[in-house]
Amino acid sequence: MNGNSAHAENSRLKRALVLSTRAYMNMLPIIVGMILLTGLITEFIPMDKLASLFGNNTFLDAFTGAFIGSISAGNPITSYVLGGELLANGVSLIAVTALIISWVTVGSIQLPAEALMLGKRFAIYRNLMSFIFAIVISLLTVTTLTLLN
Amino acid sequence: MKQKTKQSRGGLWFFIIMLIIYLITFFLNSEKTINAAEYSSKLLLQIVPILLLVFVLLFIINFFVNPGWVKKHLGKESGKKGWLIASVGGVLSVGSIYPWYALLKDFKDKGMRPALIAVFLYSRGIKLPLLPLLVHYFGLGYTLLLAAYMLTFSLLGGVIMEKILPSNEK
Repeated sequence: MNGNSAHAENSRLKRALVLSTRAYMNMLPIIVGMILLTGLITEFIPMDKLASLFGNNTFLDAFTGAFIGSISAGNPITSYVLGGELLANGVSLIAVTALIISWVTVGSIQLPAEALMLGKRFAIYRNLMSFIFAIVISLLTVTTLTLLN
Repeated sequence: MKQKTKQSRGGLWFFIIMLIIYLITFFLNSEKTINAAEYSSKLLLQIVPILLLVFVLLFIINFFVNPGWVKKHLGKESGKKGWLIASVGGVLSVGSIYPWYALLKDFKDKGMRPALIAVFLYSRGIKLPLLPLLVHYFGLGYTLLLAAYMLTFSLLGGVIMEKILPSNEK
């Protein structure tokens, strides 16, 4: 009885190891590829000359902020620093908020990886929805904050 | 089985295409390409511990978590508990998004509802360890409001995904 359960446990262990290794090996080239892409985008798209893109109406600025955040990658701290700099340069809080939100919720750079792992339709719908949400939440957050103050 | 092979090739092809793009950009602008490669290698080194952790998590999930458990707690019949697990799990999840895709795919294969995957991914936007920094830059009121709205919209996003995805993908 004990021998049988030990054998069953052993084969469960082996099965888990094989499944995990297979999933891991499938995932690895995607992760390394995405990191290479992030490096290229970070280097080739200048982040310091973005303030000139803003200054239109509130909605358009929120859209621009969400768009920049969507195509950006890297640590969210970068978005806070960039957002702080943009605010100091006169860019509206709504635009900065849209940028900060879409930076962490929309993954246009990660889209190929998300589509490969979770499905093309799922990835496209989710990212489009997150883009719209970034604009809506930025408007709601700043409006609520203004009302509370 | 066929799909699995296709997916693994897709990842490999994606990696090869990235190498080709690097080769092309190197000839166009070698300095920037080298900088990009250096940035990428630093990023890769940063996530090595997370990648190791992911393998351990994958192994633990495959060993302990069976499709029955996932279906019960994160599947169609999971109810409010499933939504709670997905949103709290998303907020607590740390590190690069890529390893999480693999874990979520594994959960999806075991029966996790795509709506809850969407909730998890959106609530990941609330970076718990970085909230003090957000407070520092934009104030406490702003941070709390933003977090509350993001959490609410993560659930709303799940509901919308459930409605718009075709029934065979739910």
